Parts: sequence; C-alpha cells; structure tokens
Amino acid sequence: MTAVVTETEDTAVVKPRSVTRPVVGFGLIAVVAVVLILTVPPGDARVQLTRGPEALQIPLMTLPATLAVGVPAAIAAVLAVVALVQVLRTRRTVPMWLTVAAGGFLLLAFLVHLVSGKSSVLPLTDLLASTLFLATPLMFGALCGVVCERVGIVNIAIEGQLLGGAFAGAVVASLAGGNPYVGLVAAPIAGVGVGALLAWFSIRYQVNQVITGVVLNVLVLGLTTFFFKGLLTELDGWNDRSRLPALPIPLLSDIPVLGPVLFRQNLLVYLLYAIAITLHVYLFRSRWGLRVRAVGEHPKAADTVGIDVNRTRWRNTLLGSAIAGLGGAFFTIGQGLAFGIDITAGSGFIALAALILGRWTPSGAIVAALFFGFAAALSQSLRSFGVTLDSNIPLMIPYIVTLFAVAGFGGKVRPPAAEGIPYVK
Amino acid sequence: MKLELRGITKTFGSFVANDAIDLVVEPGEIHAILGENGAGKSTLMNVLYGLYEPDGGEIVIDGEPVAFSGPGDAMAAGIGMVHQHFMLVPVFTVAENIVLGQERVRGAGLLDLEAARRLVRETAESLGFSIDPDARIEDLSVGEQQRVEIVKALSRQAEVLILDEPTAVLTPQETDELIQIMGRLKASGTSIIFITHKLREVRAIADAITIIRLGKVVGSADPTATETELASLMVGRSVNLGVDKAPATPGEPALTVQNLVVHDANGVEVVKDVSLEVARGEIVALAGVQGNGQTELTEAILGTGPTSAGRIELDGRDISRLGVRERLDAGMGFVPEDRTTSGIVADFSITENLVLDLVGEAPYSSFGALNVRYLRENAEDRVKEFDVRTTSIERPVGTLSGGNQQKVVLAREMSRPLSLLVASQPTRGLDVGSIEFVHKRIVAERDNGAGVLIVSTELDEVLALADRIAVMCNGRLVGVVDGGEDRDVLGLMMAGVPAEEARKEAARHHTVLGEADLEADPESSVEPVPQPITDDQVEENR
Repeated sequence: MTAVVTETEDTAVVKPRSVTRPVVGFGLIAVVAVVLILTVPPGDARVQLTRGPEALQIPLMTLPATLAVGVPAAIAAVLAVVALVQVLRTRRTVPMWLTVAAGGFLLLAFLVHLVSGKSSVLPLTDLLASTLFLATPLMFGALCGVVCERVGIVNIAIEGQLLGGAFAGAVVASLAGGNPYVGLVAAPIAGVGVGALLAWFSIRYQVNQVITGVVLNVLVLGLTTFFFKGLLTELDGWNDRSRLPALPIPLLSDIPVLGPVLFRQNLLVYLLYAIAITLHVYLFRSRWGLRVRAVGEHPKAADTVGIDVNRTRWRNTLLGSAIAGLGGAFFTIGQGLAFGIDITAGSGFIALAALILGRWTPSGAIVAALFFGFAAALSQSLRSFGVTLDSNIPLMIPYIVTLFAVAGFGGKVRPPAAEGIPYVK
Repeated sequence: MKLELRGITKTFGSFVANDAIDLVVEPGEIHAILGENGAGKSTLMNVLYGLYEPDGGEIVIDGEPVAFSGPGDAMAAGIGMVHQHFMLVPVFTVAENIVLGQERVRGAGLLDLEAARRLVRETAESLGFSIDPDARIEDLSVGEQQRVEIVKALSRQAEVLILDEPTAVLTPQETDELIQIMGRLKASGTSIIFITHKLREVRAIADAITIIRLGKVVGSADPTATETELASLMVGRSVNLGVDKAPATPGEPALTVQNLVVHDANGVEVVKDVSLEVARGEIVALAGVQGNGQTELTEAILGTGPTSAGRIELDGRDISRLGVRERLDAGMGFVPEDRTTSGIVADFSITENLVLDLVGEAPYSSFGALNVRYLRENAEDRVKEFDVRTTSIERPVGTLSGGNQQKVVLAREMSRPLSLLVASQPTRGLDVGSIEFVHKRIVAERDNGAGVLIVSTELDEVLALADRIAVMCNGRLVGVVDGGEDRDVLGLMMAGVPAEEARKEAARHHTVLGEADLEADPESSVEPVPQPITDDQVEENR
C-alpha cells in the first residue's frame, strides 16, 4: 500500500506546468497600467455616454484626467497582480474573466488617456455600438468554429460559409419581393451546403480538412462572383437592398449606455445572443455537449461507449455551417446592403483567430470577436476624436495579441485533441 | 452469465487473424487468454466487444446467439472491456467519463452530474477502493485510470469483463492491487477474460487458460502447468526461458552520466539530477514504469534530446556538447525505443536500412557516391549473421515482421566496434524466438567488451539480462542494485521507495506474483535464478 501512496504523490509533482509566459503576460498588463497612471497629462477628459433617444440622457461627462485614467488603470493593475499571485500559487491557468477584466480596464484607461487634456471627446457609446456591429459576423463565424472544431473537424471554410450566406440571403430576399425574413431562412441553408461538402470530403474520404476548407473558400468566392456578374447585375430584382428592421426590446433598450447598444437591434443579432447563450450552456453541461467534446478529444473512446463518431461529426459540421451561413446574412440583409463581390472580405479568417484566442469556448470566442470588433471600431474613429495615429495600428493589435495567446501567454492553449484527424475504425 | 464463442473467424484481406476460435467462459471464472504478440488475442476481443464484425462464427450468451453491430450492443449484452490503451477522455473528469454514452439527464438535456458522482462512488466502493469523481483523468496515475476503466465497465452492468494486457503499464504493486480487485469481482459473480502474454500472472490468478497461436486455439491448460509448458504451447516449440551468460567482467567506464537534468517542452523537469555509470563488459538495465524519464535520458545520451545541466562522458571523454553524428563516431550504438518511427525507414530496402548511419564513409561510399556492390555484400553478410528471415535483401524493411525489423536495427548498430550500446525496449513486441536471439546478441556485445545500457519496462527482461539494475521513478534514479534483486523490491523501487526500505517492505509483505515465485522455486529468495523471458510487451496497435 505504501507504494501506491508514493506513486500518487509523485504524479502530483509532475503536474505543475511552466508559468513564465502567463507571468510575463500579466506582468506586462500591470506595468502598462502603472505607466498610464504616471503619464496622465494635466487637464480634463471628456467622455460621451449617450447616443440615441433613450429615456435617460446622460450629459457629456467631464472628469479630471488623473481620476478618469487612474481608476481603471489601478483596477487593471490590481487584477493583474491578483492573477499573477494566483498563477504562481496554483500553477494553473487563471479564470478567463480575470484576464478579460484586466485587459478591459487597461483598454479603458488607455482610451481615456488618449483624450485626456485635449478638447476632443471620447465617444464611448458610439465605440461600443460599432464594436458590436463589426463583431457580429465574427461572432457568428467563431461560434461556427466552436461547434465544428469541438467535434474534431477543422473548419477553414467559415469564410466561404459567410460569403454563401451573404449571397443567398440577399438574392432570396430580393426574389421574395424584398422580404428580408425569407433571406434569413435561405442564408443558413447556403452555409449548410458548403458545410456538407466539407463534411463529405473530410469524413467520407478523409481528405485533409485544411486543404478542403481552403478549396471550398475559393470555390464559393468563384461561384458567387460568377453569379454576381452573370445574373445579379444583368437581371432586375435579383439583388435589391432589403433590411431587417430594428426591433427595440421594451424596457431593456432604455437601459443607459448598454441598452440602445445591445437591445435596439434586428432579429439576426437577437438570434446571435440566443445561439451564444445556448451553446455556452449546452456545450459544457448537456448530454449533447459531453458527447460532442468526447468525439473531438478521443473519438475511439466515444466509439467504445456506443457513440457514432462520424454521425456526430456530420451533425455538428452542418449545425456549425448553418450558424456561419446565418452570420453571412448580416453583411447583406443585416445592414441593408445588396450583395457585392467578396463582401465578407476575410471575416471568416478573423473569426478563426477569434476562435483560437477564445480557446475553443463559446464565451471565449464571443469575447475575442468583440475584441477584434473593438479594434476595428477604434481604428475607424480614432481620427474623429483627435488622435493622429495611423488607423492600421489599432487594427494590428488583435492579431499581435492572438499570436501571443497562441504561443501560450496567459495560460496554455489546447485545441481539441482529435482536431483534423479523420476517424477510421 | 455464460459466454461462448463458436468458430469465430476474422480476416483482414488475405490475413487470417482469427481462425475458427472456440471459447467458453463460465460464470464467475477468470479465464486467461494467452498468446504471443500478433497471435490474434486483441482481434478476438474486439470481435467480442462489437468493434469488429466477425467473418464467421457466432457469439452465444446463456445459450442464445447474439449479434453485435457496435460496442453499444456488446455493452447492452453485459460485456465490458478495459482496453490496453485506455478509452478515457483525458480532459474529462472521472464522473464525466463514467457516464459518457449512458448519461442521466434532468430535463432539457442537461447532465445530472450529481447522479454521476454517486454512481462513481457507489461502484468504486463495491470494489473496495475510492475515486474522486471530480478528478480529471489526466491528473490520475495509470493505475488509477485503470480502476476508472473498471468502474466504467461495471457501471454499465458488465457481467463479463475483458481486460486487455492490463498489467503492461503497472508497477508490480499496482498489479497486486489489480489482482485483488479481480478477486472481488470474481467473488461477486463477474466473469473476467484476462488477455496476456505473461506466464507468471496467468499461473497466479487464472482459473482456466486458453492458448492462442497464429489465430488458432492451440490448447488449454491448467493453472498448475509449469511456465515452460505454457511457453512451449504458446510458441509452438520448446523454448529456453533463461539467458545463458557468464558473470560480467567490468572494465573501464564506458559511459559516465553526471548530474544530468532534462526538461521537456513544457518546462517540466523529467530527468532529475541523474548520475550513472556503465562499465565496459557489463550490462546495466534501467528499470522503471514507462514514462518516468527513461526515454528522455537515452535521448540525452544520444544527443537527440535537450539537456539542461550535467555532463555525459564516453570512454572518459566529455561528449555533452557533441552532435549525434560525433557521438556515434565516438563509439556509441543506439537501438531506439520505437523502431518503426526511429529505428528504420520502412520504405527503404534492408540493404539501405543496414547502412543508414554508415553511408557517409568508406567502404560504404566513396566520393559521395554509394558503393552499391559493397552495400549488397554487406547486406548479404548481415542478413546471414543476424538470421533476418527475408526472401530478398531488396525487400522494404516495413514488410518484415517486428522481430526481423529489430534484427536489422541490431545488425546495423553492431556493424562497427562499440564502446557503448544503448538499447531501449530491445524486445518490445517481438516473438519469443526473436527475443532469445536479441538477448543472445546483446550478451555477445557485452562479452566483446562494450558497455551495454538496456532500458526496459519489463522486469523479466531486466532480471534476465542485467549485471546491475538502475531503477528510475519520476525522473529520479531511485537506486542501483545487483542483477539478481528480488522482484518485489524492484517493484517497490519502481514506485519510488529507496532500496533499503524496499527490502524491508518486501520482506513484510509479498505480492501475489512474488509469492507465486517463491512457491515455484523456494531457492529464489536466497539467490534468484534467471527469470523466464517470454515477454513481447505492448502490442503496437495504437
């Protein structure tokens, strides 16, 4: 018996992982926060918190810069230190909310710092609104990635599925006499079409999934461009603009600051909320989720307890593709635009990056997509609040962060173990 | 539940893996299926568990013929299986793994994890041990994972439990606990099919033994049969279980390792301050359970893996900073742990594989061009000398049997005069005949004056070959003992107990297998005889 006890203790000793990288990550947040506090310019910071006609109008806030920068920066620094202590003590990954909160407060401090002591205003609500707007297709794409990759299928074809959804949404809505809701039904079907090809090649014929995905992207781009030039521009009534109307939710949309941003949206965005919440709960707490994750981690183990691995993979690939196709509709009927060549412009690939940054979890993917959207929003509005910084620089930040995240800063990143590996009995 | 297999046949292409196999397992019986690597044991069990569809024959349960279209059907019929490579999802908790596929839900498809935890606790308790239902599989030791597998099978109301090579990954003490659990299962009426190639285990615990060779049942035996009788049945001819070797005559040190430290890719210390010496003319065996730093240590010695600190000397010369090529040139021979990935190039011919690390120099090549005629002569000679069974020296090595592949590797490594031969798992997956041959060649290399370092997870092999035994556990060298050490002592050392303490502990309490040893040969406690070698270890069916 002695022997067994010793064995267990030894296993416990093997466990601790290297913590240098998370330590560097959180250390960096703390240092930057302190630098921000130390370099606050004298004067005031102006922050705009109102946007639309919400019930409660908040006047333009003018705060002393030291306070407006100092408070969020100090919170960020404290959170980073807490995370540091936890990493060093437990030698495990810290909870994601801690990382997100520390990063978020640091960002806020940074933004306020930008407008401090200047006459320009920080349009916080506008920034949040365009963040959500720009992040919506990314969130759809990243959630598609979660659904597919958790079951072991690498979906590089998210871009193609978004594009297919955008095309089908616009064309079908136009043909239905400008009824966007009909387009909303067609878009996921287009995504499923692309996903079925992906599943067919990668499950039935075990073709390399990355290659299949890349080829499908090229295929969808070619097809939509061909039809755009051959049909949509030639014929009337095939590519009209139609828009999903905004449906403000009573009461919720009147909440100050966040209300109009979150709850004055169209049906597509509400569907996104529903999908995100459902996936978050069901992936980790339901029978379906347990089986899905088992198939993505150890398909043979799933098979030996009677789970049909390839059927599960088929189902999830199609489900994920439907989500991406639906998200594609946001590019056209979601914003009242007609279809244009390559209208998705690489969003599917950014969604993949968000999926990885979000560590293959629905909530992580959502946060990461919002972060990417925020960077894009920031780069669009930088000039308007008086900062002379090339707009490409904020656009680069998320990718730099993704690279560091993938390299393991802020904790170990581990994709599903069986990802990309065909299951053959 | 009475289980019968009648005339089970399974073919893969033209290869007959199971040829009309009959087997009867009585209720509450521990039935051992004994056979060499590749004899068809695992195939038979995969048929029984519904993973393969048989090409002929039928499975009969309590007199009723059944047909399984998948493992789900087999489980529903009361058959559970603990696979050699565990079928557990490493990132799931124990409870999640247990309920996977048989989940209880609380409406809306959400898992009832509380019921799952209760199921784990109750099943484990009925077997006389406890498991934390919320522990993650990847944090558990191999022995604990195996217990989770057993709980998983029983929680599905298994009445027949198949254990596929269950002891291959366990320390002797863990094996002992497994045997106790098997006893409790038997007492509660569960039948156990116990697949193995380890004769001593079979004799210690089986009620009935069926022996399979080349896909056919070649006989059954009583647990009272001697190991030699069982081995002869298993191999099909009489075998010499021991290794004949004269006492070692150690000379100058061939290999000196001082305070070696190795970190793995995740920064975990996997070799911890190891110091070891191998003299010329002696065989030192590095014993330990798989994954306790042996692989990293040998890689560091060859130079294919990184070292963080320490010094390695070959014939008194510091080689720590040399590249692999220079180390080989300095007189090191290396037989890698996994010959299919690092010992041979499967698609290359025997001729080419025999000179993989030699082609750079005369007489194998001149002015950068291969000396084809010489290579061919060399291959003919080696094939003869090392008894490689092949139709042609131009055949791709990948088409040979494992034993013949290993002979090619040995022939290559022993082509030049060696100061040191490092051989990892030299007989893993080999048939008994090849094992005999490989062991003979290794002893011959020692007698030629080379130092030999054998890494083996098989105690039988260690005891048969070693002049001295170094035991590793968790990256640390637990101790170095003489070749004839008691296997219970070695087992405790493999679990990290220092030699002195291990001897005291072993004297107090013998494992079932250790006792079987003592009964079989009362002298062994005084001076152990050479141990039988019949191990072909882990079947490579990952």
